[in-house]
Amino acid sequence: MEGMFGNLAIGFAEVFKLQAVTVAGIAMTLPFNILMCLIGCLLGTLIGVLPGIGPVATIAMLLPVTFNLSPIAALIMLAGIYYGAQYGGSTTAILVNLPGESSSVVTCLDGYQMARRGRAGPALATAAIGSFFAGTVATLVVAMFAPPLAEVALKFGPAEYFSLMVLGLVAAVVLAHGSLIKAIAMVILGLLLGLVGTDVNSGVLRFAFGLSELADGIGFVTVAMGMFGICEIIANLEQKEKREVFTSKVGKLMPGKEDFKRMVAPILRGTVLGSCLGILPGGGALLASFGAYTLEKKVSKYSHEFGKGAIEGVAAPESANNAGAQTSFIPLLTLGIPSNAVMALMIGAMMIQGIAPGPQVMTERPQLFWGMIASMWVGNLMLVILNLPLIGMWIKLLTVPYRYLYPSILLFMAIGVFSISNQPFDCFLMACFGLLGYVCVKLGCEPAPMILGFILGPLMEENLRRAMLLSRGDPWVFVSPSKPISMGFLIAAVALLVIIALPALRKKRQEVFVEET
Amino acid sequence: MAIKIKSQQDWWAGWMFIAFGVFFIVVAMGTPEFINKIFGGAKLIPGYQLGSSVRMGPAYFPVVLGGMLAVLGLLVLFDSIVEEGPKVAKFHFRPLLFIAVSSLAFAYLLKPLGLALASVILVFISAYGGHEFKIKEVAIMSVVLVIFSVLVFVKGLSLPFPVCPSFIEICPIR
Repeated sequence: MEGMFGNLAIGFAEVFKLQAVTVAGIAMTLPFNILMCLIGCLLGTLIGVLPGIGPVATIAMLLPVTFNLSPIAALIMLAGIYYGAQYGGSTTAILVNLPGESSSVVTCLDGYQMARRGRAGPALATAAIGSFFAGTVATLVVAMFAPPLAEVALKFGPAEYFSLMVLGLVAAVVLAHGSLIKAIAMVILGLLLGLVGTDVNSGVLRFAFGLSELADGIGFVTVAMGMFGICEIIANLEQKEKREVFTSKVGKLMPGKEDFKRMVAPILRGTVLGSCLGILPGGGALLASFGAYTLEKKVSKYSHEFGKGAIEGVAAPESANNAGAQTSFIPLLTLGIPSNAVMALMIGAMMIQGIAPGPQVMTERPQLFWGMIASMWVGNLMLVILNLPLIGMWIKLLTVPYRYLYPSILLFMAIGVFSISNQPFDCFLMACFGLLGYVCVKLGCEPAPMILGFILGPLMEENLRRAMLLSRGDPWVFVSPSKPISMGFLIAAVALLVIIALPALRKKRQEVFVEET
Repeated sequence: MAIKIKSQQDWWAGWMFIAFGVFFIVVAMGTPEFINKIFGGAKLIPGYQLGSSVRMGPAYFPVVLGGMLAVLGLLVLFDSIVEEGPKVAKFHFRPLLFIAVSSLAFAYLLKPLGLALASVILVFISAYGGHEFKIKEVAIMSVVLVIFSVLVFVKGLSLPFPVCPSFIEICPIR
């Protein structure tokens, strides 16, 4: 236990430390990391509020910017965007019945109903309290479980890593919605696209057709911005909707005594479930919020009120999505495996900084590791304090018509992508991936699994190669009894596939997602 | 014999996956001999070395993955005939075209014309691809965005973008 608090102390010291920075030519001494945390949280809330842009596209847009920052400042800011978006999304879900963030969809169900009965204030406060509590607990969970997990992972060899990546990809696909086969196919497509470029082992330039711009592979930011950013803009422009923004008045914020009594249990349940679901590869805020709402509806004695303004229907998913967002960093920080698209981008950010993600990050860069964890709690604190007073501003922003937003977003994306290597080719690639993303969405194939595969492609090949070399060409090494961990991962992966393929569970999986749409 | 396609989405998705799978296999392994003969003997697409399972060559993993992708594509095709599925929603070419063109224009005009002009062009073209296009609004928006971008990206983050067009010798904004 003391070890954990000692480590958290290192983290907090790192977060709060003063640094000499030069901004626009002016030298000053600032607690720069805190500033980055604040910027991340505010930005996250902003995009959480605005429908039509989410954390994935935003983080992708900011990746080129992080090149100039120190690793910890970069990661703190990007992390702030992810969990900040959870706060922002709930605000609009409650007030306008518009989920700004996919994980806030469930909050619309009861939150908006509460707002319509004039209880918007308590709903917002409940969301904030639940989120903050869950964020605190999740920070402790990460602090407690990450070190032992990283210790175990340090013993992994290439075979174990390969099997783990297979498990991670399978789990991510299984827990996502949509056709399983198509999602796996998208993962494989991503793996293949990730192989474009120079093969490190042999020096051969693969799939480049002589284009020297592809010597380093397809830029990962390019793919992310194309498949998520451009594709999203085009999809949004397709709809001619005239969104009538009906905002409810907020009124007084404080929940009553009855409300406080009722929110305790759902917050606790949501936090626990969210923390668990977040750690799973494939998990994160989205899965956590859906799961918590379903659980709460089954377990609560007020379940008949769900859908009409039950406070439990806000407290549980809001705690869960925050817990899930933070604990989904665990596989990233300890194993180097991304559990969802946002984490895949985080890996990209680390790679830009020259950090190889994996268990050695904890031992080689303890300030980075613990600083990130500490920053999550600080970020939550900032969000709780700032959000409630700023609600009026967030609401005003919602009234900005999309035709002002999307050219701005597009411009920032273009600038960001161009700045990667100062060549127009990257923008061309971005447009191509935008087209690919658009086609895929039309054909019912999800882009998110593709980006997971894209990030892991070269890593998987590397580990596969090494494992084969060590085993002298024996493909059964992955399931050999001498490698129980590797065998365990692969068995788990197969089990997951089998379970989901079973018709009974396949229907259940579809049900969960149909219910909420 | 006409095959009734029950799921249009799956039908086209299946073909897409098969196409990608085959593409990667062919590029990785090179065109087979009988195709080379049609084109007069020269290897149309040279492949990479396959290697063995001990020493995997550059073609090994791509071929394995490409094969898996093609097989999955076949499964999806099969699904499209067997199970009901959604139709492919309408393609809206207008936003697609304008967004793509605006970002390409920006990218290729940035060096010759500078950040300011290229941004204005991007804003105008992309705004035209939207539903409402009011010239005054778009003009104001583009000016605001240019000022914002120059302040944040060029001054604040020191990104090396030329702000003024290349035919203006001395730029007032550096």
